[in-house]
Amino acid sequence: MAAAQPLLQVEDLRTYFFTRRGVVKAVDGVSFSLEAGETLGIVGESGSGKTMTSLSLLRLIPQPGGKIVGGKVLFDGVDLLQLSESEMRDYRGSKISMILQDPMASLNPVYTVGEQVAEPLRQHQHLSGKALWDQVTEALRLLRIPSPRERLQNYPHQMSGGMRQRVVGGIAVSCLPKLIIADEPTTALDATIQAQYLAHLKDLQRETNVAMIFVSHDFGIVGRMCDRVAVMYAGKIVETASVRDLFDNPQHPYTIGLVNSVPRLDRKVERLASIEGQPPQLLNLPPGCRFAPRCYAVFDRCHLEEPPEMSASDDHSAACWRVGA
Amino acid sequence: MLEGWRVTETPILEARNLKKHYPVTHGLVMQKTVAWVRAVDGVSFAIRPGETLSLVGESGAGKTTVAKAVLLLEELSGGELLFDGKDVGHFGRAELKDYRSNVQAVFQDPWGSMNPRMRVKSIIAEPLVVNTTMTKQEITSKVLELMAQVGLRPDQAELYPHEFSGGQRQRIAVARALALNPRLVVLDEPVSALDVSIRAQIMNLLKDIQTQYGLSYLMIAHNLATVRYMSHAVAIMYLGEVVEYADGDDLDDLFANPRHPYTRALMSAALPTHPDDRTDEVVLSGEMPSPLNPPAGCHFHPRCPAAMDICRKVAPRVIQVGDSHTVSCHLYD
Repeated sequence: MAAAQPLLQVEDLRTYFFTRRGVVKAVDGVSFSLEAGETLGIVGESGSGKTMTSLSLLRLIPQPGGKIVGGKVLFDGVDLLQLSESEMRDYRGSKISMILQDPMASLNPVYTVGEQVAEPLRQHQHLSGKALWDQVTEALRLLRIPSPRERLQNYPHQMSGGMRQRVVGGIAVSCLPKLIIADEPTTALDATIQAQYLAHLKDLQRETNVAMIFVSHDFGIVGRMCDRVAVMYAGKIVETASVRDLFDNPQHPYTIGLVNSVPRLDRKVERLASIEGQPPQLLNLPPGCRFAPRCYAVFDRCHLEEPPEMSASDDHSAACWRVGA
Repeated sequence: MLEGWRVTETPILEARNLKKHYPVTHGLVMQKTVAWVRAVDGVSFAIRPGETLSLVGESGAGKTTVAKAVLLLEELSGGELLFDGKDVGHFGRAELKDYRSNVQAVFQDPWGSMNPRMRVKSIIAEPLVVNTTMTKQEITSKVLELMAQVGLRPDQAELYPHEFSGGQRQRIAVARALALNPRLVVLDEPVSALDVSIRAQIMNLLKDIQTQYGLSYLMIAHNLATVRYMSHAVAIMYLGEVVEYADGDDLDDLFANPRHPYTRALMSAALPTHPDDRTDEVVLSGEMPSPLNPPAGCHFHPRCPAAMDICRKVAPRVIQVGDSHTVSCHLYD
């Protein structure tokens, strides 16, 4: 991680939704960075803003209502938020691509799989003929799809869920992007199929040195796939650390609660600790720390002032007044 | 599995050689059965009072079909279901009504299992209105008692389901399932739709209720860590059959030392609870075959890393590998 400039640097990103009932601050001052070939996990519960963060990077915020109101997304030194819509289109699917949760919803049922993998290559690299189809086959091979040439003729409904998700992965890698954003890519898959898929993504990363952002609610996926993790709660990153540090030495009470509330496979646990209460409504958030109402270590200051990101050690920070105090 | 059964007390529910085959028909008028889908093909288990049996497997393993059969939502193609030692197949009307009160369910999706136009108090009261002769006042006080039990406030009784989060809805579902003082509750993936920080709350609630009432659970789940936390007995299913089973003291053995190659693959596919757990990954090739034409011999052999000649021809029998740990695999013959 000695590169002068990281592949992706996100600074103080803010994405708000303007609704009749008020402003929902879905992403509220998120910063992180990512090197080439690195995998970052963004973990959080529903409503924590993890998906909105990843959609903001590609400027795909749901309309109307959603708006990126501030911050910078520096990709290879270019601020994506300053680009025109047509310049932005050159990035999507070519330099940055995305794998979504539901493969059935991200594939078009009336086109063959081959056509759909070919589309970004035609669009971005203006390939055609044999060169195009060689590249398509190569993309399917990267995701370990057996007999790729025959599979190109198939329609999505002729494939199983695991195979469809591999095709979606194939579309994502077809233009050899520098960054893949995977949003819960395996939630719809069975356990053994999920294991296959994650292994294929790892192989792919080794072969192409692509950087990945894994958005997930599951610490297990993060533990298996990621180098570093950012934990999100109510629109903010509350803790960033290397995977090992996060599991061994979590700092933020929310992370500590999460790590302790996950049942274990390797030993019998008599009773799980649980975080009581519910995540807050993002509308009309109270002042102070957003986790304070559920926190076991809360004290006066937490209700008054919002804690900034505090450094616990090198490459490990948490937004909590207890850290470093 | 029955060979390994320690006869201590009558199980609350016993399944003997359960089968559910669905016909595949051709033709609109003269329907002709051309094949059978063997969704469940000879499954046996027993659930002891106050304990949890979990059925684990991937989609298509037949675990939901078993749950439906237990809830009498599917007619069996073969086998017997014994409740308290009595054959459910021979139950008369009154006994069936009793059975349905005694066996309740909590489903995976707390959004799909409740009528959005009913207030919470009516949702929880419905089984009482239908099945008992309680007066209005009695029902109201019972509903409030149930709500307190699952951690809901009395003032929430007037709200509609959409006003609750997923975890709270699952609490409502639990309260509704408890209304008739059942003896067995079928839990179909009770926490997999919930957020991580809420899962532990609901799992602890289910465990507390179990201890308090001596309830039995039949749980359907795919997350092995959840299963380990909740269960007293575990049956691993593959393509309509139980391939490995353990209970009681042998349960730790199942998790520490799984015998069936499929169970091993499942364990290694389970996501680590710590990055250091990245153990030897057994990544299975291929996918579960269709139960329409299951492979000959052992159903698992086409994906099995340890397949031998015999596996392709002969179906394995149930082999005892511990006091209450059995496996169906030729490796242990």
